[in-house]
Formats: sequence, structure tokens, C-alpha cells
Amino acid sequence: MAQAAINEGKFAQAFPSFGPERRGAPVQAFVRISNKEPIRIRAEITEPDMVVVFDPRLLHIAKVTSGLKEGGTLVINSRRPLEDIEAEFGTNWHLAIIDATTVARELLGVNIVNTTMIGALLRVTGVVKLESLLEPLKERFGHLAEKNISAMKRAYEETLVKESG
Amino acid sequence: MAKRVGIEVSVAIGEVVTMTNTDVIAAYPITPQTHIVEHLAKLVADGELDAEYIPVESEHSALSACLGAAAAGARTFTATAGQGLELMHEVLYIASSMQLPVVMAVANRALSAPLSVWGDHSDAMAVRDTGWIQIFTENGQEVVDNILCAFRIAEDRGVLLPVMVHLDGFHLSHVIEPILLPEQSEVDAFLPPNDYPLPLDPAKPVTMGDFGPPFIYTEVKWAQEVNLRKSMETILKCWGEFDRIFKRCYHPVECYRSEDAEVLLLTMGSFSETAMTAIDQMRQQGKNIGLIKLRLWRPFPFDEIRSAVRDAEVLIVLDRALSFGGPGGPVASEIRSALYNEDKRPKIVSFVGGLGGRDITVSGFSEMVNRGIEISKTGSKHEFEIFGARE
Repeated sequence: MAQAAINEGKFAQAFPSFGPERRGAPVQAFVRISNKEPIRIRAEITEPDMVVVFDPRLLHIAKVTSGLKEGGTLVINSRRPLEDIEAEFGTNWHLAIIDATTVARELLGVNIVNTTMIGALLRVTGVVKLESLLEPLKERFGHLAEKNISAMKRAYEETLVKESG
Repeated sequence: MAKRVGIEVSVAIGEVVTMTNTDVIAAYPITPQTHIVEHLAKLVADGELDAEYIPVESEHSALSACLGAAAAGARTFTATAGQGLELMHEVLYIASSMQLPVVMAVANRALSAPLSVWGDHSDAMAVRDTGWIQIFTENGQEVVDNILCAFRIAEDRGVLLPVMVHLDGFHLSHVIEPILLPEQSEVDAFLPPNDYPLPLDPAKPVTMGDFGPPFIYTEVKWAQEVNLRKSMETILKCWGEFDRIFKRCYHPVECYRSEDAEVLLLTMGSFSETAMTAIDQMRQQGKNIGLIKLRLWRPFPFDEIRSAVRDAEVLIVLDRALSFGGPGGPVASEIRSALYNEDKRPKIVSFVGGLGGRDITVSGFSEMVNRGIEISKTGSKHEFEIFGARE
């Protein structure tokens, strides 16, 4: 996302927050995007505009809405119905859900939903154009890029959105 | 024209080291430095950088291999962090005293125990007195620019000293952000080939790092000290030349909205960016406050610091390292000592914070400044205050 924004001439900053690396442990990653000004904060985001939850199991072990601004957006990988999610999280936030695990399994053959979730995120934010992701994804994934781009585009189409309020 | 790219800072270091056409890289991977040497190893393996990449068995060996390479006249680069820098410790002195122009990126990391891979300046402060030129950076652009400058300064005939470029672990090393990567032609115009004056040569054998008995050791150390202090001229000239070619300017001490400020905050490294944002907010509220950023840690810029803070009432210094049982923060301690004999000087308030990767937010900096002003009025029975620690 950050590379796409920077390629559009914007300013962006993306960084992970993790401990000693191990696959499968909960991790957080952050991105700030600014249309005009360089970003001059070097700290984790504690009051996000948007939260993207890659793994539905996190909903049981972390408060994913912690610090999420009023009127912010929550994007969740879940196969539960949107009404069900709304019943759980209320109407303060825009909600978006996508069954990213199924999309990733079908198109990538693995349960790695990162690029799929970017598709869902793009559906609810106009902060970068979907086309701007193509180059960074090609660079990152090489011969696997096409599959990942398909997953992103399919998620973009299939994401269900419920506005706040 | 330089290319503006969204790139992880560690990867950008690999790219710019490649443009310097470095001959030898000897390194051992350690978080949060790993991506730097990983990317360089890949560039060498892919044939994009024609260098000898030596995957050694420890940091002690990494720097030892770099010494040999630099002594043979090779342009030499390595990178490390935290415990890795500590394991190099004794070899650091040898690089500087034998005048071997190694360039090293340090992704600053806390020291164990407890085990922490996260960032602070404990590793840098522990190698303060090793005789290396040391530059701190606050964003990815500054890292890339100063890696380039480091080679030019280190290899200058009038300097021939190793240089560390410090970048905060994770807060810089792992961030994807926009960076202007230079053109090869610009790098070539800025950085002349390494021309080490007395490279090891089997045809003309020399002894390096020989015994220094009592009759000569003091003179050698004095010469080393004079040389490090004198490197300031070359550093300033190098940054000036960098500005001429790349239009970005660096100074040993940099001031942000500090003109007429009654209260000054002093920071080093990437937290300076967050601090600037806090200063902007406090200025908006009508507070007369500015920021001093210490970029050059060795040689210490005494004159620049004295003139930058002379007119302030209060100087609040943030250290991201702790001198246990001592005066608190090493930076505050050095600034105090630099100002002690001055007729006109601000009151100094010392905070230690941001240890082991803990963030200091914009509001955190405002809180620190307010507390600092309070301490400057009421005084404190402690040498320093720890910032943000839970009771």
C-alpha cells in the first residue's frame, strides 16, 4: 500500500511491529499515507482510521477496535454474514467483510491472505488506486504476482460493505 | 535525476552500497540489521555487485575480516546491531587506531537482558570511545545520504578512520518510505575511488598494529585523538560537497524552530521527527520552544552545540540509553560537560526514555517538555528522570 501511494507521488510510511520472528504468531503492521506532507511521526499508530483484520481468530484474542476513530473502518476476513459482524461491532464504524481465506485458498492455493485483504481494503478506501498496486505486487511476488493480483481483484469485487450509523 | 522510490530503508542501504562499488562485505546477520546484509548478499549473488561477500561465523570475525580487507586497500562495508556490535567491541578499537576506513551501518538495538531485539541507543553509547566517527540519522533519506558520505569521509587521505552510520532499529531499518536514490553518475561524481595510501602488499611488506611499548603508546593515542578531532573539517567539507551535488544539506548540530526559543529539546536519531511534530504543536499553542538535533556524535561538535543552545533558559535532553549508577543519559552528561565552563548556558534537564523499542509519541514529547520545564523551576534531587516508566 505504501509503495503504491509513493508511486502516486504521495507520502507514506509502512512498518511492521514484531518480536523474534516466527510464522503464525500474531503480528501488527502499520501504514500512514499522506497526500501532501512528509510523515514526521516515528511511532506505532494508536488511533487508526482503518483496521484490517487478516485472521478471524484474532477477534477472540485481541480488541481489534482499540483506538479506532469514530466513523473509522473495520475490514475483517470472515465468512460470517455481515449482519452478524454488525451485531458484534455495532454501527459506530464502517464495516467490510470478505472471505479472504477462501479466495486465497482457491486462487493462491495457500491460506496467506495478505494480497487478498489489500483488495478488500481498496474497496473501502480511495486513498490509492487499485492499478497502483500492480507494480509493487509484480516486484514483490515475481512469477506469483499474477495469482496475487487476481486474488486482490476478486476480493475487491466480493467485499461486502456496511456504512456506519 | 535521482529516482523517488518507496523502499525499505535496509534495502535502500543495500542499493546505495552497491552504487559505491564496495569490494568486500563481511557480516553476520542479527535483528534488526538482517535485511541490510540479506539484500547485499542477494545483490552479490545475482552479480549486481561485484564484491566479495564473506559470511562469517560471528560479528567479531565480521569486523576482523573487514580490517584485513581495508588494510589491503579494499572498499569495505559491514552492518550490525545490539549484541553484534558488543561482540565486535575489541575489534572496533583496532579499526580506528590502525586507521582502516571501514564503513558500518548500525541498526541501533537495545542490549540484553532481558532479551530485546527492539531499538534504543545502548549499543551506540557502549562504543562511544572506540575512536570511530559516528553519525546519527533520522529518516531513510538521511541514512542513504550519510552512508555515501561515510565512505568519502572514511577514505579521505586526511582522515582514514572508520565511520558508523547509526539508524534506529525497526523505527528506521524496517520502514518503507519514499527515498531519493541517487544516479550512478552522481555517486561517481561524489565518491572518488578508494586509494588507501599503504595497502598490504606481499611485494612490499609492512607491519601494522605492532607492539606499542610505554615510550610510544601515549604519542600514538594522542595522534589518534588529534586525527579524529581534525576529521571535523573533512566531515563539514564532505557534507558541503554533498549539498552541492544532491541539494541536501547536513550539519553536526541541526536546529528546528530554535530561534529565540526559551526552552530547547535535544534529541538524536529518528525520534527527532516525532519531536519536530510535537514542537510544531507547542509553537501553535504559543510556547516558545525549539528542537536541537545532534547528528554528529563523534567527533563531538563542541562549538556548534555551545552556540546552538547558548541563548536558551532550559535545555531538555532525551537519551535512549542509560549509564547505570552514573549521571543518567550519556548525551545529557556530555552536553553538561561541554557547557559547564560557559558563562552563559541553559539549565539542563535530563530524561532517559524510548528504551528497548518503546515509542515516544507526539503527546509524549509535549508531556516530557512540560515536565522538563517544571523540573527546571523546582529543581530535582535526581541526576535524571526516567520517562514513561510505570511505577
